[in-house]
Amino acid sequence: MNTVPLSHILFLSTALFFIGMYGLFTRRNMITMLMAIELMLNSVNINFVAFNKYLYPGKLDGLFFALFIITIAAAEAAVAIAIIINLYRTHRSIDVDDATDMKY
Amino acid sequence: MLTDTFLLFRQEIMLALLLFFLVLYKLGRARPAAHLLPIMNWLLLLNLVVGLLFYDWQGVLFNGMYRTGELIVLEKNILNLAVWLISMQAYGWLRQHRHAAEVYLLLLTSLLGMFLMLSSGHMLILYVGLEMATIPLAAAVNFALSSKRSSEAAMKMIVSSAFASALLLLGISFLYGITGSLWLAEIPGMLHATPVVLFTFLLVFSGFAFKVSAVPFHLWTADVYEGAPVAVTAYLSVVSKAAMVFVLVTLLYSVFAPLEKTSHAVLVVLSLLTIITGNLFALRQQNIKRFLAFSSIAQIGFILVGISGYSQTANASVIFFLLVYVFSNLAAFGVVGWISTQTGKETIADYANLYRHNKTLSWILAIAVFSLAGVPPTAGFFGKFFLLTAGASKGDYLFISVAALNMVVSFYYYLRIIKAIFMEPGETGIAALSLPFWPQLSLWICTGGMLASGLLGVIYQYIYSISPSH
Repeated sequence: MNTVPLSHILFLSTALFFIGMYGLFTRRNMITMLMAIELMLNSVNINFVAFNKYLYPGKLDGLFFALFIITIAAAEAAVAIAIIINLYRTHRSIDVDDATDMKY
Repeated sequence: MLTDTFLLFRQEIMLALLLFFLVLYKLGRARPAAHLLPIMNWLLLLNLVVGLLFYDWQGVLFNGMYRTGELIVLEKNILNLAVWLISMQAYGWLRQHRHAAEVYLLLLTSLLGMFLMLSSGHMLILYVGLEMATIPLAAAVNFALSSKRSSEAAMKMIVSSAFASALLLLGISFLYGITGSLWLAEIPGMLHATPVVLFTFLLVFSGFAFKVSAVPFHLWTADVYEGAPVAVTAYLSVVSKAAMVFVLVTLLYSVFAPLEKTSHAVLVVLSLLTIITGNLFALRQQNIKRFLAFSSIAQIGFILVGISGYSQTANASVIFFLLVYVFSNLAAFGVVGWISTQTGKETIADYANLYRHNKTLSWILAIAVFSLAGVPPTAGFFGKFFLLTAGASKGDYLFISVAALNMVVSFYYYLRIIKAIFMEPGETGIAALSLPFWPQLSLWICTGGMLASGLLGVIYQYIYSISPSH
């Protein structure tokens, strides 16, 4: 049976990482920026799982790392959403362009 | 065997107990009683003392995931000391705060994360510790709940730190792909300077450069420092930064040791950029918290100069400088924080003729500023001198001269504060402020530390003797 080569998966994860980075830099809505960050973290998860399965199938280091990244990303999202709610309370907006009280 | 575990792990266990105490204390109480702050100050002192006991024990736990030794214990003790000093200085702010217990919970959780990160023997613990150290801090930055600037600062901090950890994680995933191992001790044996390894190194380094706010990645620093409550700013600029530098040194000197040439070049470029940018922006600041933010960026540049030395001296000088930095920066933040919570004044112009009514505060701030600038009798001079000496050991004298000349530039903006305090006689100045016992004790310890740690050679000797030879 033909399997998908590792390079295809790496291409996917790299593309996903930079799509996430592009989203983070261009989007101005905080929720969308948070989603872009999740995209970047998920691409790293794909990396870890793929390396684990293709190159080092004997040990489960990569899989465990991916599990920890998912958990911590959830914690990060929880804190970030709390901050966004507070940002909405003080600024009446979650657009980053409206939060410009401090410059240079 | 069990006692060994407890004793090696004692600093983390102490912090975990403190966290349990705070959670239980918080149960069923709408707002903390007035005695919480003195209790916390005593408990943090106890925490520091527990860290100082058995200081020379070393060993590994959890199959090598956790390791400790004399140097790591010393680094943790520096962080413990800084947290104790900050806790005493925060007295004025937390006294009226409804959520004082939560502020402590967040700051101590973050400290626990830093301890795990410092002791990590495996990339997983390093990453978990790093996130544990930064996520609570973003929440703590938001603790001036009704302030617009505070929530803006927290938003900037969480986005930039999440981006930095994504870069770091991509680097770690490539490291795993290249070597097949996540153990810090195993990785260096399998690294060779191939392009993909260099790319990986750059990713990991940028992740940490974000956290220590070295220059291309410094943009979040000033905004976060200005928006956060002063105690949190002090924590960010001293404790968080010191922990990140300690870990960066360990990573560069052990994990990325095979890439010494590349990382030296990166360090030279980044340190010069950091010093020059930090100085140029500090020149034009009016808000004193922003001013201290840019001055701390410039200080990070000098630390990177020291790291680029790649020797036992370099390692020791970085740790010594951070000890001195704890004292000098916390003295400055202590005075600034007290004036800010009592009068709400935060610009340099407000400090005009501070000396008229507040003689002690003025002298302490002046000594702190001299120490940050690096004027001889204070410890800051010795700190910077050792850093530049360590950097010069590579023989790149042009680089060291540019760094040293930048110290002259930095005198200009540091002395602006001295001029405001002492030499603007026309102004009436801030009315006399009385200092309660805790902030006063903290400021005296900082002043003593600034004067003593430079003049007592044994401190540097001790740090040198326990630093790993390269």
